[in-house]
Amino acid sequence: MIVPQFEYLVPQSLQEACALLGQHGSKAKVLSGGSDLIVKMKNGLAKPDYLVSLKNLDELKGVRYEAGTGVIIGSRTTHNQVIANPILREKYPSVCAAAATMAAYQIRNIGTIGGNLVNAVPSADMPPILIALGAQARIVGTAGERVVRVEDFFLGPGRTVLGQDEILAELVIPDQATTGSNYVKFGLRRAGALAVVGVASSVTMAGDVAKDVRIILGAVAPIPMVAREAENVLRGKKVSDDLIQHAGKVAAVESKPINDIRGSAEYRRNLVDVLTRRSLKAAIEKGHV
Amino acid sequence: MVTEAKTSVKRHIVTLTVNGDEHVALVKANTTLLDLLREEFDYTGTKKGCELGDCGACTVMLDGEPVNSCLILAVEADGHSVTTIEGLDQNGKLDPVQEAFVNHGAIQCGYCSPGMILSGRALLNRNPHPTEREVREAIAGNLCRCTGYVRIVEAILAAADANS
Ligand SMILES: Cc1cc2nc3c(=O)[nH]c(=O)nc-3n(C[C@H](O)[C@H](O)[C@H](O)COP(=O)(O)OP(=O)(O)OC[C@H]3O[C@@H](n4cnc5c(N)ncnc54)[C@H](O)[C@@H]3O)c2cc1C
Ligand code: FES
Ligand code: FES
Repeated sequence: MIVPQFEYLVPQSLQEACALLGQHGSKAKVLSGGSDLIVKMKNGLAKPDYLVSLKNLDELKGVRYEAGTGVIIGSRTTHNQVIANPILREKYPSVCAAAATMAAYQIRNIGTIGGNLVNAVPSADMPPILIALGAQARIVGTAGERVVRVEDFFLGPGRTVLGQDEILAELVIPDQATTGSNYVKFGLRRAGALAVVGVASSVTMAGDVAKDVRIILGAVAPIPMVAREAENVLRGKKVSDDLIQHAGKVAAVESKPINDIRGSAEYRRNLVDVLTRRSLKAAIEKGHV
Repeated sequence: MVTEAKTSVKRHIVTLTVNGDEHVALVKANTTLLDLLREEFDYTGTKKGCELGDCGACTVMLDGEPVNSCLILAVEADGHSVTTIEGLDQNGKLDPVQEAFVNHGAIQCGYCSPGMILSGRALLNRNPHPTEREVREAIAGNLCRCTGYVRIVEAILAAADANS
């Protein structure tokens, strides 16, 4: 299996990287970890003339906390770095847990959180939990910087709001009032399997009242899907087992799954019901797990 | 990194420290780390299986962390250090994980073994006393088609015991 030929470009700054992307337009692609892109190129599904490597842009790596802003995750942070990061483990262990559901150890050393988002596969494991936590994407282009909610980042399978000269620089999980969050994934094996369905939720509990609820479904629509009606079942209500049961049913009805090799639409709907209940219960009872 | 034109395809100079020795090669940008190690540097202990990140036969340690060398471009690894299966022994004495694979019959055809052993070694480096579950998770990205996993897991656990 051969990677098709391309010209390799190694910018030394984010500005230079954006300029190169702007200059070469649709002929260029960003190379981060390469765990998606190199596979696609080997399979003949991508044939860029230029690869713009982010390898020297250390400012895109790592996790930090800025008071008043929140937790900032560089787009080049690998999944294993997310899993091991002390700030995330303390504040949002649910994000670490979502990263730990992915692939296998070696791939988690290569694949990055930014690549997982920009790749925009419906089954990607990081978008649902980031959306549930209200995360924002900091995007840098030749014209400067802009911020987009991760919820608004995806346009369709493989398509995002990024312009040709733009790079996803950082993800920001803002300081928030949520009391719990969780991501549950069902794959056909425990490791090395894409999500048949993935459900993320976050809750803001005041006693036993759910002041706010977010429920995000992965792998059941062209992009990560907000289960708005299921959220409304719980929002502002006193939480009970019956209500959680009902939210699961409502999420299953509003989901838009398809049949594919990993599961039928009907099976996926059943999974949405079960996983929504599990995710909500964990978020309500155990916090950010 | 210096680049220069040779024929029509640009080549790049890549410097890698492999098992402690510095190596330099002139490669095309589309060369994988796996092909550089096997074809240019003759570290053929690193195996080529699926070439898509699924099987783990190509596992090497990059700066101490196991990765699939089939998915990494050689140019991206420039300046870094790699450990292959050939680099695990210390002065001719096998690594305890290698030793345990031999003693526990954890090798049949041997095609998965270099990757399995490197994943096992990397696990013991970060977690000297793993549980069985942790061992299984650490080798989840290494597929074996003949031995099965029971003896492999036993061998890594035995190497952990030998550590203490
Ligand atoms: C064996 C295997 C198993 C996998 N299992 C899973 C799994 O369980 N769950 C899952 O969600 N994914 C899985 N993946 C997919 C992949 O590993 C992840 O999506 C990973 O996070 C991609 O990150 P990367 O840095 O390797 O992306 P790359 O391959 O470098 O890039 C992916 C795409 O995003 C673009 N890009 C990357 N970074 C940026 C940036 N900062 N700005 C702009 N554009 C950018 C690239 O141009 C490319 O189009 C698996 C892949 C393999 C090979
Ligand atoms: S050859 Fe690299 S993972 Fe299979
Ligand atoms: S011993 Fe043959 S593949 Fe594992």
